[in-house]
This record gives sequence, C-alpha cells and structure tokens, in this order.
Amino acid sequence: MNHLDLLTFARGSALDLALIIFVAGVVLRLFEIFGLSRKPDLARPRTDSPGSGWRTMLTRSIPPQGMMKREPVTYIGGYVFHLGLFLAIFFFAPHIEFFRSLTGLTWPALPSALVDASVVAAIVALFVLLAHRLSNPVKRLLSTFGDYLAWAVTFLPLLTGYMAYHHLFVEYTLMLALHIFSVELLLVLLPFTKLFHTFSVFVSRWYNGDFFGRKGVAS
Amino acid sequence: MSATLEKGLNAFKEVIDTPIASYFSSCVHCGLCAEACLFHNETGDPKYTPIHKLEPLRRVWKQEYTLLGRLGKMLGLSRPVTDAELTEWEPLVYDSCTLCGRCSMVCPVGNDITYMIRKMREGMSASGHAPEDMKAATTRAINIGSPMGIKWPAVQAQIGHVQAETGIEVPVDVQGADYLVLMSSMEIINFPEYLSAISRIFKQAGVNWTLAPDAFEATNSGIQIGASDLAREIVSRIVVAAERLKVKCVISPECGHAFTALRWEGPNLMGKPYSFDVKHILEVLDDLHRAGKIKTKGKDKRPLTYHDPCQIARRGGVVEQPRHLLGEVAEDFREMPDAGVMNWCCGGGGGVSANSRAEPLRLEAFKVKKRQIESTGVHTLITACANCRIVMEEGLEHYHMKVEVLGLTELLAEYLVEGE
Repeated sequence: MNHLDLLTFARGSALDLALIIFVAGVVLRLFEIFGLSRKPDLARPRTDSPGSGWRTMLTRSIPPQGMMKREPVTYIGGYVFHLGLFLAIFFFAPHIEFFRSLTGLTWPALPSALVDASVVAAIVALFVLLAHRLSNPVKRLLSTFGDYLAWAVTFLPLLTGYMAYHHLFVEYTLMLALHIFSVELLLVLLPFTKLFHTFSVFVSRWYNGDFFGRKGVAS
Repeated sequence: MSATLEKGLNAFKEVIDTPIASYFSSCVHCGLCAEACLFHNETGDPKYTPIHKLEPLRRVWKQEYTLLGRLGKMLGLSRPVTDAELTEWEPLVYDSCTLCGRCSMVCPVGNDITYMIRKMREGMSASGHAPEDMKAATTRAINIGSPMGIKWPAVQAQIGHVQAETGIEVPVDVQGADYLVLMSSMEIINFPEYLSAISRIFKQAGVNWTLAPDAFEATNSGIQIGASDLAREIVSRIVVAAERLKVKCVISPECGHAFTALRWEGPNLMGKPYSFDVKHILEVLDDLHRAGKIKTKGKDKRPLTYHDPCQIARRGGVVEQPRHLLGEVAEDFREMPDAGVMNWCCGGGGGVSANSRAEPLRLEAFKVKKRQIESTGVHTLITACANCRIVMEEGLEHYHMKVEVLGLTELLAEYLVEGE
C-alpha cells in the first residue's frame, strides 16, 4: 500500500467507521445519562428563573471571583487550549471544505497564518497543562490513565496537522493520512473518555444552573 | 435494620440520577474544586479535593450505568467498592465536607458536587459508614424528638422564662395562626435570646404566630447523615403540625441545614408539595420591615460584620435580606471578603459540628474564617445560624480572638421601639 492508498483509506472507509463509532458512542452515552432520569423537584422554587440552566451553560465559562488568581495555569491554559483547538477545527479552510463535503454547510475561513498560530498556542497550552497535571498535587491525585490517554489523542491531531501544514519531516501524503487517522482515533475515543465532556458539559451546567436558579442564587 | 455493604451499594445505585451521571461524565479532573474547599485550602492536603471524596460513588456509576464499565465488571477488570474502602472514605465524606456548596459554584463543567456528597451519604449510612456521633444524634432525633435530646418540657421552661422577662405571652398550639415558629436545639439550650426576640418583634408587628408542642424542633439529622427515610420522618412531624394548625407559613429558625431540610428537601422527602409556605426567619423579618411593621430606634455603634450561613445564602438564596436588616440597626457594617454567595463556611455545617472526631480538622479549617474576620477589624460578628454561631464561638476561643457573636434576630430586637 503506497501513501496515496493509505490516504484514500483514511479518507474513505476508515473515516466512515470512525464517524459511525463516534455518533453511535455519543448517542449511547447520552442514553446512559438521560436514561437514568430524575425525580421532579417538588419544592416551590424561590423565583421562577426561566433560563437559569441555559444561562449557566455560558456563564460557567467565566471564572468566579478570585479563582483566576488561585489557579491561573488551569484557567489560562484551559482557555488558550480550547480556543486554539476550536479555531483550528472549525476555521481552517481545508477543514471547512471537509465539513462542506459532509454536510453541505460552509462558512468563511480564517487566514491560515492565524489558524497556524492558534494551533501552536494550543500545543503549548497542552504541554503546560500536562506539566501542571504532573506537578500539582491535586491534579496528580485525580489523574488516571484516562487523563493521559485523553491528552495524547487530543495532542496527536494538533501535532500531525501542524506537521502536515508545514511539510515537516514526513512526506506530505503520508503525513496527511496520519493526521486523518489521528482524528479518527480521537473520534472513536471521545465518547468513552473524559473527552465526552464536549457534550455532557452542557447537560451538567444546565442542571447546576437549574438547581441554583430555583434557590434564587446564580444566573 | 442492620447496615450492610450490599445495602450501601444499593443505595448508591438508587441515588444516581441523570444529573449525577452528567456530572461524572463531565469531570475533567481539573482540580479547581479543591481551590473552593475550605478543608483543602487550610490543610493543603489533596485528599480533601471535593470530587475525590466521591470516588466510590463514581466507580459504582461507571460499573453499573456505563456500557464500558459494565463490560469491565463482567470481565473482572474493575475494582469493586469494598467495606474497607468505604471505611477509608468515611472521614472524607463526613468529617471534611460541610455541604457548604462552594465547590458547586466554581466547578467549570457545572458539577453540583455538594448534591452528590449529600446523595453519597445515603449509601454511606446504609452501609454503616457514618460517624458514631451522627448516628447517635439521629437516633435521638427519631426517638426523643431532637438531636440534642430535648423534649417539649425544656421548651416550656424556656417559654416561662421568656414570658417572665418580656411580659409577652408566647402562643402555643394556636389554630389558624399565620406562622408556625420552629427552633433549633441549639437555640433552646444555648440561645434563649431567639425566642425572646421573636416574641417582642412579632408583638410589635402584630404577627399571629404559634409554637407547636409536637413540632418545635427544626433541625434534621436525617439529611446530614444521609438517611432519607429518617429525614422524612423528622420533617413529617412539622408537616403534620402545620397542617393540623392550618398555618399559612412555617418559619425556619436561625439554623442553616434546618432551612435546607424543610424548604428544599422536605417536599421531596414527603413526595408532595406543601400546603403552606416555608420561610427563613430573615425573610419574614425583611418582609415585615419592608411593610413598615418593625420600628427600630438608634443604631449599634460597634463595627460589625455578617457571616452568611452556607445553607441560608449560597444554598438558600437569602442574601439581601440580612443586609437590609443590618442597614437598619448597624452604623458601621463591614462586609468580609468573599461575603454573600461565595462566603466561606464556618467549618461546622453538614453535621461536622456534631461529629467530635472531626473537631481538630474543623478548628484547622476555621483559619479561613479567622482571616476573614480579622480583615474587617471588627469585634462583633452577626450571623443567622445557631450552629455557625456555636462553631464560630469555639473557633474564636481556640484562636484567642476577642469577638462576640450574635444572632441577627436578637440584634434587631435590641433596637426595637417598644411599648408604644
């Protein structure tokens, strides 16, 4: 199998399989969560606070007062990584072309140089966060194999994408194939690792906002 | 009914609902909850990281309610939760968590960790892994009627003192009263000022209120230890009395967890909405004050600050009311840093103060309160929870701080214009 065959495989049946596992996995995990259900809250809410759950989905992205000062590495590293990754996934011209081929939808791209910078920033942030995970006593206690696995499969698409874009070390066609494989690995593992927070964060934030909202606190 | 591991694990399975499943799914092990926890902050020990305290419950969730976890369990790859592990976790779940709710406010993925600890305690108590002191308090609450073993005659004696002191008759068992007033054991034993203050304020405001011999105790050890069946029995006494007397509103006293038990958990424990309202005393006083029914004269000249009890403010939504009332009677009111919904716990909530084993840790955790108070430079501390009050009095004494602690209701009563 030459490099082109490999790329064709990566873009073809491998991608199909990865997408099927990804979608099925996400649906399964959502079923696992919502299938448990919950009892209705019979306590009269303090104020009708419609939308408290929905607002908290957004407001929880902002650190509460004083917290930024306590944990700047986690907050700043987290922001830089998430934003960098988001821009790279959704605003790199070739990626938009991929999404168009998949869904028919399209939107304007950012200049490649800007996306490139955001990828570098995200990679740096990932390393800072990894170092913090290894050195901070709380994070070290909480960390399991799953945390390092999640780190690795998030890092690989960024690294391979960066190397492919800059034609570094490996022949371009092969690098591109490796990049796509790494994304497929990420897609397959996302529903079954902590990376599933990509979806569940909206559920957990909603419940938190709803609980506090009923008591007349927060958003 | 004896407690067994099996019962505990079943209770774990039973309490896991959609919110908890979403919380465990969302946790990215960022550790920010540790920064919000007073026990972690004051000791620096990572084992006090709030989400870590839930590890056994998380594993039960994973092994029972996720496909991968179930596969792992079938293949014998996962580690089951054992009695030994729950023994190890007991101090984390009880001694080092006051259910204060700060972690739930800061978790970036929105995990209500406090809600999970409250639920986890159901399995801990069902498996026999609750602190002995809390078991004893709960037994007293069920058998005698109060966690501190107080019976109605003790309240009657206090009523006698209050009537002699104020010349005001304390109403008992009044059918159709607007308000049913409850107390906490702590107020009955240590702070008789509360009943006296209520009598005087309500007389002036013309409030139609009553005490009930079958429901004078507001506290609920059942929700602290995590035994919903017992919590239901304790709260049902109040519900029965309120329905019997046909009151419009039950007033939760200056006690944090009593408010949570009665206001937020009660209807869910009973399985039906109440036919009456539940208000914290500060809400009632603020309502009366706004309606112009409380007349005060003069202001307290002492510089003073206010400690927000966790269950009243962060978990209860009563934040502005004490500020309104303090504005009326305090000349030099100073806020502590982090006051309001992000205030630091006194260290004794959630049953910790009833657990003598936790005392050294509680006093260590009190250092944050010490710093908060010191930064205001005051020697008078006002609060609205008798438990916070006793815990802070002990902490202040331990650290040789000359600070007087007062309940807000009694402070208000001091400046009441009477006899007009």
